[in-house]
Amino acid sequence: MTDNNVLLSLRNIIKRFGPQDVLSEFSLDIYDGEFFTILGPSGCGKTTVLRLIAGFEDADDGKIMLDGQDIAGISAERRPVNTVFQSYALFPHMNVADNVGYGLRMAGVAKADIKQRVSEALAVVELKGFELRKPHQLSGGQKQRVAIARAIVMKPKVLLLDESLSALDHKLRQQMQMELKQIQRQLGITFVYVTHDQEEALSMSDRVLVMNHGQAQQIGSPREIYEAPRNMFVASFIGEINVFDATVVSETAELTYQVDINGVAKTAHAEFRLEPGEAVHVLLRPEDLRIEYIEDQPSDEQGFLGKVLERSYTGKTLDSLIELDCGKQLRSSEFFNEDDPSFDYRINQRVWVSWIDGWEHVVKAGELS
Amino acid sequence: MTRIFKALLLLLVFVYLYAPIAVLVVNSFNQSKYGYKWSGFSWKWYQKLWQNDALITAFNHSITIAFLAATAAAMIGTLMALAIYRYRFRLKKAASSALFVVMMSPDIVLAISFLVLFVALGMQLGFWTLLLAHITFCLPFVVVTVYAQLKGFDDHLLEAAQDLGVNEWGMFRTILLPLLLPSILASWLLSFTLSLDDVIISSFVTGPDYEVLPIRVFSMVKVGVSPEVNVLATLLLLISILSLIVFSLLVRRKSL
Amino acid sequence: MTWPNVGIALSFRQTVISLTLGWLALMVVAPHALVLMTSVMTPNSEHLAVWPLTFDGYLKVMQPIYFDVFFQSLWLSGVATLFCLLIGYPFAYVLAKQPPWLRTVLLVLMMLPFWTNSLIRTYAMKLILGKKGIINTALVGSGIIEKPITMLYTEFAVIVGLVYILLPFMVLPLMASFEKLSNELVEASRDLGANGVQRFFTILLPLTAPGIVAGCLIVFLPAMGMFYVADLLGGAKNLLLGNVIKNQFLVVRDWPFGSAFSITLIVMMAGLLWVYALANRFVQRQGGLDDENL
Repeated sequence: MTDNNVLLSLRNIIKRFGPQDVLSEFSLDIYDGEFFTILGPSGCGKTTVLRLIAGFEDADDGKIMLDGQDIAGISAERRPVNTVFQSYALFPHMNVADNVGYGLRMAGVAKADIKQRVSEALAVVELKGFELRKPHQLSGGQKQRVAIARAIVMKPKVLLLDESLSALDHKLRQQMQMELKQIQRQLGITFVYVTHDQEEALSMSDRVLVMNHGQAQQIGSPREIYEAPRNMFVASFIGEINVFDATVVSETAELTYQVDINGVAKTAHAEFRLEPGEAVHVLLRPEDLRIEYIEDQPSDEQGFLGKVLERSYTGKTLDSLIELDCGKQLRSSEFFNEDDPSFDYRINQRVWVSWIDGWEHVVKAGELS
Repeated sequence: MTRIFKALLLLLVFVYLYAPIAVLVVNSFNQSKYGYKWSGFSWKWYQKLWQNDALITAFNHSITIAFLAATAAAMIGTLMALAIYRYRFRLKKAASSALFVVMMSPDIVLAISFLVLFVALGMQLGFWTLLLAHITFCLPFVVVTVYAQLKGFDDHLLEAAQDLGVNEWGMFRTILLPLLLPSILASWLLSFTLSLDDVIISSFVTGPDYEVLPIRVFSMVKVGVSPEVNVLATLLLLISILSLIVFSLLVRRKSL
Repeated sequence: MTWPNVGIALSFRQTVISLTLGWLALMVVAPHALVLMTSVMTPNSEHLAVWPLTFDGYLKVMQPIYFDVFFQSLWLSGVATLFCLLIGYPFAYVLAKQPPWLRTVLLVLMMLPFWTNSLIRTYAMKLILGKKGIINTALVGSGIIEKPITMLYTEFAVIVGLVYILLPFMVLPLMASFEKLSNELVEASRDLGANGVQRFFTILLPLTAPGIVAGCLIVFLPAMGMFYVADLLGGAKNLLLGNVIKNQFLVVRDWPFGSAFSITLIVMMAGLLWVYALANRFVQRQGGLDDENL
């Protein structure tokens, strides 16, 4: 992201399918040259946003501005926007070169130019030498690359990618994530990527939009989305999270409150004003919990006592499921300590759960969208 | 605009398909014999049909053959589909090609081949020759339909059955047959339909002992007009609609 | 008493395989072999066909009168096939785009008239096209024309009848083709800037080519054999190959000649199947006809 010029802007979009509002009053700004990801569960309207930008669907109301120009009336075939489809949609009766050159042929570009640009595009996706292969002779990853080449050869202002990596296996997907990012940086084209995979969204994007039920839940950098989710939906959709129900007792300092969690008094920092008596959720990522053997701690310490229900070794971390005495279950994830590489829990081991003051995140209760 | 165009296209094609039948239905109640214009309502052609023994017999024969041929084709075709799907045997490729040839051959080519065969075998043309011919030309459609469903099965389905100690026949009876029922029923219906519709093959492979509808009707309408045929057509249409309703109710019951 | 498992498995398997091979050998291979044999035999009034081997049947096919019938047939079937395609292609496209339940309903509606035997339906066509038929009555009655137009017993009537009987057979494979055509491919071509005409010629047409060839294949050849359509709507002339073949077999009883005609049809069929295979290979997938299933 070099500069913050808005390239693509959706204003108050309304889209209905039958009686149902898929998008209502939906607005969004996408900056020039960024890698923007729309993340959400299936049916949240993310693909509809993409299809509106591509021109496959028309909005019932609202404006879509590209480079300051309203493109609502421009049909899909004339928009300077190209799509990488989920199923790749490679033309089965054309070889790789003809697939990649298709758009240029349709536009009547001279043959020599087409050849030149196709070979450049194939170089970008590292598929030189595959020109004469037919789609059915390609692996999933290669098809993916052809689909990307076919779109970028058109030099679109915006490249749309619809769950484009979802058909690939895990390892290939991770590799393609890196490559996509590199391609995006190399070409400087704005990418709009749609996915339901939060890991993919966080690892590739400059900014992420989290959507649910046709509404934007939060827009921000991957770090913001992960560390400071704005509501319960974002918190629970992105990664694992432990939720404590709490009640505000009093304000102890500016935006710092004493809260009551199941009879345990804790300090919580919020980003907004709270009133005493208000119900809130205190959120903690598994890796932010601190677990300690109960023998090490004085039992009169304020905190959460419980036992280890299950533990699993993942190589990088030790993940455990802990049941508090009040019955609440928590997940924790701890990195191995260099001092104690063999540390592990016994099942039913009594433990004491706490967290470092300030690592918690507070959202208002009842905001699960 | 395009919506209207699409609706109009559907409408026009269906008018084309149904107009001739509508004419027959209307004329079956027409007082006038020639049916060029309406001269009053009458049941008289229905009575006339009732007295036309030869036509009624031909009608019965046609329904009988269609029913038997469809049933036999559904059974044999299901087994053939199973053989081609499940077993490896010599001439398997040839068997598939033979079925493909039957499916693609013009009726007249099949009709001649059947006729030549039956004459060479010294068979009297009639019920049996007609039935054999009808079963054969329905078979490929059954095989294609059932095979398509077999191919959609999970590969491990049959392995699971084998794993649980079921033999081939038991597997067919307890697993495949119940699962294949939808496609077997569909192919039965298709076979019945094709058999009832057939003119060309029937004309070649049946004799005077076993006259079927198209042959009887052909001799009646070749020279003039025959109002009983209108009545018959109306009845056939009625039967087809009723069967369809019964069939769809049955299928719905099954799927619930 | 318990049978050994293996024994039963083997016997069921063998029964099924024998039934398959036996039926096809007797009812498909043997008859075609006999027709091929008959086509090179000498006609005989008593035994229908006897040896010595002769190619008279094939030579007769080349005779001008039959050659004319042959071309007449080709022409009528060709025109009928063309109209089936022109009507069936957009019709199949629209059908394929319908929601599944409606598509099923419409397909059943299309097949339902089959229960009213095609001969009876052809006869109904006669009532529509005749001098005093519905079309003429309506046209004259409304004053559009003064005298009835002669439609019945013309080539036009035969074509109308052939299209009427064969249209469903064109629609089915075309619909299968359209169903297989992923909407994403059409959208992809739009996305890359292809306009409506370009989309039709670069994507739709090539990708439905197997369906088109299959549809034409199962309309064109059978059309040549539909003697009853020619008899009822075309008058007593020998318009179609089917009339000649039927005549040779059932009236004149020159079986070698009739067989030779039939073999000619089979050879044409083989040629068209080859085109079909090419079309399939071009699209890189198998079968609008589900022949890969067999």
